[in-house]
Amino acid sequence: MLAVVRSVVERDLLLALRRRSDVGTALLFFVIVASLFPLGIGAEPNQLRAIAPGVIWVAALLSSMLSLGRLFAADYADGTLEQMLLGAAPLGLVVMAKSLAHWLVSGLPLVAIAPLIALQYDLAPALYGVLALSLLLGTPVLSLIGAIGAALTLGLRGGGVLLALLVLPLYVPVLILGAGSVEMAGAGLQPDGQLLLLGAALVLAAAFSPWAIAAALRISME
Amino acid sequence: MNSNPTVRWFWFASPQTFFPLAGTIARWCAVGAALLALAGLYVGLVAAPTDAQQGEVYRIIFIHVPAAWMSMFIYLVMAGWAAIGLAFNTRLSFMMAQALAPTGALFTFIALWTGSLWGRPTWGTYWVWDARLTSELILLFLYLGFMALHAAIDDPRRADRASALLAIVGAVNVPIIYYSVQWWNTLHQGASVSLTRAPSMAATMLTGMLLMALAFWAYSIAAVLVRVRCIIRERE
Repeated sequence: MLAVVRSVVERDLLLALRRRSDVGTALLFFVIVASLFPLGIGAEPNQLRAIAPGVIWVAALLSSMLSLGRLFAADYADGTLEQMLLGAAPLGLVVMAKSLAHWLVSGLPLVAIAPLIALQYDLAPALYGVLALSLLLGTPVLSLIGAIGAALTLGLRGGGVLLALLVLPLYVPVLILGAGSVEMAGAGLQPDGQLLLLGAALVLAAAFSPWAIAAALRISME
Repeated sequence: MNSNPTVRWFWFASPQTFFPLAGTIARWCAVGAALLALAGLYVGLVAAPTDAQQGEVYRIIFIHVPAAWMSMFIYLVMAGWAAIGLAFNTRLSFMMAQALAPTGALFTFIALWTGSLWGRPTWGTYWVWDARLTSELILLFLYLGFMALHAAIDDPRRADRASALLAIVGAVNVPIIYYSVQWWNTLHQGASVSLTRAPSMAATMLTGMLLMALAFWAYSIAAVLVRVRCIIRERE
């Protein structure tokens, strides 16, 4: 079981490493979107501090969604995905591993770079930890839910826009909890409640979305 | 009596046998919807007393609340048909789910629209980021996503099954979205604007609202069955 997960993760990471620019683009997108808001809203520090958690989270949402299209597309194009469906390894496990790899490539770098954006927004340094922790808990949920949408829209024309329409409404709870936890910590309250709920969302998504992803892939590939 | 209930149970699952039945039911429901709506509008606009706090404006409730009820209920019914379709692999179930989506989206839109018209005179604004408004808006997005996915896939079999899965995922998410939005709203705004009305509602108001709800039910059944007949004609 674990061998399957490891080999799929290793393979996807290797592929990502060979196409480094793809990974970089999503990360750069995150930074650019976050840098656009002060230009549009104005550089008043108090205002920036107030909107920072929301802006960083929305940028993370969009950046994670942008890279979803590649999650299955390449494997679908070269026939690997078909072999995965036919293979002996449980499909749920394989897609779980692929979501994990997607998160390692697109989510984890966001966690690392978010404090830098927070610095630009003049967020109190005490909040960096909460921000990073909320992203650490929340971005895997985004990858898991997004993978359902990516599997459903596999090989469709205009798949990218459609994917956004399907997936973004489902991201709403993660956004609310994630940005809320940082705001709460900023107001001097304990963010434990939101972080625990985010953790609960992660457990729930990890338990159920592999089934949905596998079913969606079977529907799309038949 | 029928000795083998399963035979009877699946008899109308075939589009061919369902087609004439749907026509009959749709006709009766359309008549019922018209009569109930007339009665409901009479009770609501003429018989019901003027509200002590809101004056005549409150009468939009007779459209607004039943539409909001239907919008949520239809999503559940749609997800239910989708689940039945995936479980039993019946074509008709997918067609029902597909036919329900536009009606559900319509009621969601009506609920939002009448809500903003009602909000303007009472709250002084067309839109607030209230928990119920926001979750209704997200429900509209879910409906639109369902329809967009179905429309984007050319192969009807794949379109049916893919959008069915999406409907089920959405139905699982709806309560999570609702509670997270509600929680978010209470953090930000407190109870400055509340949708809860005066606790004691005049009996005539309640009657009018229930009549309108029944009218919307009958209309939904009629519209959905007419649409399902179109889909059957198109496909079979």
